Amino acid sequence: MRLPFSAILGIFLTSSFLFLAVFAQLLAPYPIDSAVGGVWEAPSATHWLGTDTIGRDIFSRLIYGGQITIFVALASSILAFSTGAFFGFMAAVKGGWVDQIMSRFVDLVMAIPSLIVALVILSVLPLNLTVLILVIGLLDSTRVFRLSRAVAMDIAVMDYVEAAKLRGEKQTWVIFREILPNALSPLVAEFGLRFIFAVLFISTLSFLGLGIQPPLADWGGMVKENKDGLIYGKSAALMPALAIAALAISVNLVADWVLSRTTSLKGGRGA
Amino acid sequence: MPEPLLEFTDLRIEATSYPPGEAPKNLVLVDGVSVGVEKGKVLGLIGESGAGKSTIGLAAMAFGRGGVRLTGGVISLNGRDIRVSDPAALRALRGREVTYVSQSAAASFNPAKRLMDQVIETSVSHGLLTKAEAEARAVDLFRQLGLPNPDSFGQRYPHQVSGGQLQRAMTAMALCPKPDLVIFDEPTTALDVTTQIEVLAAIKKAIVETGVAALYITHDLAVVAQVADHILVLRGGKKVEYGTTQQIINDPREGYTKALVSVRSIEHAEKVQAAPVLSVANVTARYRGTQFDVLKNVTVDLAPGQTLAVVGESGSGKSTLARVITGLLPPTQGRITFAGRTLSAALEGRSKDDLRELQMIYQMADTAMNPRQTVGTIIGRPIEFYFGLKGEAKRKRVQDLLDQIEMGKGYIDRYPAELSGGQKQRVCIARALAAQPKLIICDEVTSALDPLVADGILKLLLNLQAEAKVAYLFITHDIATVRAIADRIAVMFKGQVVRYGQKSDVLTPPFDDYTDLLLSSVPELRVGWLEEVIAGRKMDSAGN
Repeated sequence: MRLPFSAILGIFLTSSFLFLAVFAQLLAPYPIDSAVGGVWEAPSATHWLGTDTIGRDIFSRLIYGGQITIFVALASSILAFSTGAFFGFMAAVKGGWVDQIMSRFVDLVMAIPSLIVALVILSVLPLNLTVLILVIGLLDSTRVFRLSRAVAMDIAVMDYVEAAKLRGEKQTWVIFREILPNALSPLVAEFGLRFIFAVLFISTLSFLGLGIQPPLADWGGMVKENKDGLIYGKSAALMPALAIAALAISVNLVADWVLSRTTSLKGGRGA
Repeated sequence: MPEPLLEFTDLRIEATSYPPGEAPKNLVLVDGVSVGVEKGKVLGLIGESGAGKSTIGLAAMAFGRGGVRLTGGVISLNGRDIRVSDPAALRALRGREVTYVSQSAAASFNPAKRLMDQVIETSVSHGLLTKAEAEARAVDLFRQLGLPNPDSFGQRYPHQVSGGQLQRAMTAMALCPKPDLVIFDEPTTALDVTTQIEVLAAIKKAIVETGVAALYITHDLAVVAQVADHILVLRGGKKVEYGTTQQIINDPREGYTKALVSVRSIEHAEKVQAAPVLSVANVTARYRGTQFDVLKNVTVDLAPGQTLAVVGESGSGKSTLARVITGLLPPTQGRITFAGRTLSAALEGRSKDDLRELQMIYQMADTAMNPRQTVGTIIGRPIEFYFGLKGEAKRKRVQDLLDQIEMGKGYIDRYPAELSGGQKQRVCIARALAAQPKLIICDEVTSALDPLVADGILKLLLNLQAEAKVAYLFITHDIATVRAIADRIAVMFKGQVVRYGQKSDVLTPPFDDYTDLLLSSVPELRVGWLEEVIAGRKMDSAGN
C-alpha cells in the first residue's frame, strides 16, 4: 500500500518530535537551565536556534520543553478520552435520565470557556504536573463525551447491539465489544485533534503563567519569556512558536491519514 | 417487423471500483446485451440484485450513475445512436423522448414544492407545453391514474399524500411530456403489498391508454408478467433469456429462468395442533410517550417445533409483537407464557434460560452482525455465554453449526463484509441456533434477499426445524412465504389479529375483507391475473 506524501511527512515529523522528547537528556547539547551564551544571540553554529533572554540555549530548551509539553498533552488527552468515551458510550447505551443528567452536566461545563475554568481552578490548587494534567484532561473530556455519545448513538440502534442485549450481555460487553470497535476510527481522528488542543492549551496556560513553572521549560512558557525580544527584532520567541505549529500540523496529518484509512477498512464505518 | 423505438446492440457498460489498499479495478456491469423495444410495447427487465437491470434502464437515456461508463455497443433511440451524443443533444432528449420513474418516489420529490409544479416542470422547461396546457394534461393524467380529487391533487405537497399516490404522481410526471419511452425502475417495490397492485394496475392502464413504450424493471417475475409484452432475463450483466411474456412464464428454456419461475414452490405439510410452547394472551402494548395502542388484545399460541406466521402490511404491529415477546417493549396488559413459565414483561427480569431459549433473527443481516467481529466470534459468543465453552471446544461447535447451515470450512475467520447476502443471513441463523433455543423469532428474514436466495433460506429453516425441533414465529408480509412454511397463521391489521388458526383454515374461504385483500394482493405468475383481481376486490388498501 502506498502512503500519501502528507502522511509520510506527518509520520516523519511526529516521530522526530517524539524521539527528541523521549531522549531529550541524551540529545540536548546544553543543560536546560544554565546560561551558556549572551542574551538573545542569533542562530549560529554553536547555538543552532540562538539563545534566550538570559543566554540559555534555545534548541536545548526546546527539546526539554517538548518532553514536558508532549508528556502533559498526551497524558491529559488519554485521560480525556478514557473518561469522555466511557461516559459518552454509557450515556448512549443507557439513555433516559442517565443520559440526561450526564449530557446536561457536560453542557454546563462547556458553557463556560475552558480557559476561564482552568484559570480559576489552577489559581486555587497547587501548581504541579498532576494537577495540570487532571484539569486539562477533565475539561477536554467534555468534548470527547459529546463526540463519543453521538457516535455511539448511531451504533446503539444497530440490530447487533439489540441482539447482544437480548442475549443478556452486560453493559460492559456492549460498550467494549460491540460499540467501541465500531467507534474507534472517528475517535482516533479526534484524538489527534484533541492532543493538539491540549498542547495549545498548556502553552496558553504557561504563557499566562499558570502552566508549567520555571525552571522547567515548556514551549508556551518559552514564548512568554522571549516575547519582549520581538520588539527588538530577535527571533527567540519565534522558535518555540514554530515548534508548536509544526507539531500541530504534523499530528493532524497523521490523524487525517488514520481516518481516511480506517474508515475504508473491512466493515469500517463510512465510505 | 416494425422499426424498434429503442434498440441496444451489444451494449457494454463498465465502472471502476476502488477497493481500499488495492489498485483500482475495472468492472464490467453489462456485457454484450442486445434487445429492442417497439413503439407502444413494454419490455420487462428482470434479474436479481447486481444483474444490471437499472444500469441498462438508465442507459436507455444514455445515462450512467456516478462513475458508470457506457463503453461499447449502440444505443439506438428513434433511429440515432445516443451513446455517442453530445451533452446538449442528451439534455434535449431526456425528459422529452425518454422519462424515468424511480423506485422511491418519496425520495425523488422535492418536499418544498407543490406536486403540480414538479409534475409539469419538464414539459414546460422543454417548451413542449405552456403552463396551462401542462396543468390540464396533468389533471387528465391524475384522473387516468385514479388519484383522488384530480382537480386539486396537484395543489398538495408530497408529504400530504400516501406512498402509493406519490408513486402515481411520479408516473404522471413521466407521462406529462408525452414521451416515446418511460423507464419504470422498480416502481412498486417499496410499496406495501396491498398498495402495490393498485399502483401497478394504474401504471398499466396509463401505459395502455397513452400508448407509450416502456422499460419495466423489477426483481419480481410475477409483477412483470402483468405489464410486459416481452421479458429479458438478466444475470450478472449478461442476457440469460429473452422472449414473450407467455413464453418466459409458461415455457422457460434456460435453467436460471426455470428456477425463477418455480421459486415459490416449497411444499410444506401442516403439522397437527399440540400444547403450546409460547402463549401470548390478551397482549396490549404502546410505545412510551404515545397515546396509541400498537397492539390491541393480541392472543396467539405456538406449538413446539411448529411455525406460526404473523402476516400483515407495514404498521400492522407485527414487529411490535416480536418486541413484546422478546421483552424489549413491556406490554401494558396481558401475559406471555413460554415453555411453561410466565415470562417477565421486561427484559431485565428474565432468566438466562429464558433469554437462551428465545432467539431472534433479523431482516437486515448486515446490521444484525457486528462488522468488526469474525463469523467465529459472532456464532461463538452465545456458545461461550450460555454454555461456557471455550477454545477448541467452542471452535468445534462453531464449525458444526457452520456445517448445519451448509457453509462448511473456510468461513470461520471471515468478516461479515466478506459474505454474500444469503450467507450473512445463514450466519445469523447459526448464531440463533447456537443457543439451542426452543423458539426463534424470524422478523422478515427473507424480504431483503433475492428470490432464489430467499428460497434457499426458507428450505434451510424448514430442515433445521425438522432436526432441532425448534419453533418459529415467522413475521412476514409475503403470503407466498407463509404458504411455504407456516403451520398456523395470524393475520394482523392495525394492531389486531383479524384472522387466526391453522394454515388450511386461514387460507380457505370465506375470508374476511382484509384477508381477502391481502391474499389477492400477492401477484400470481399468470398473465391477466391483475385485471381479474382488481375487478374482484372487496375493500381498498389502507395505504392508498
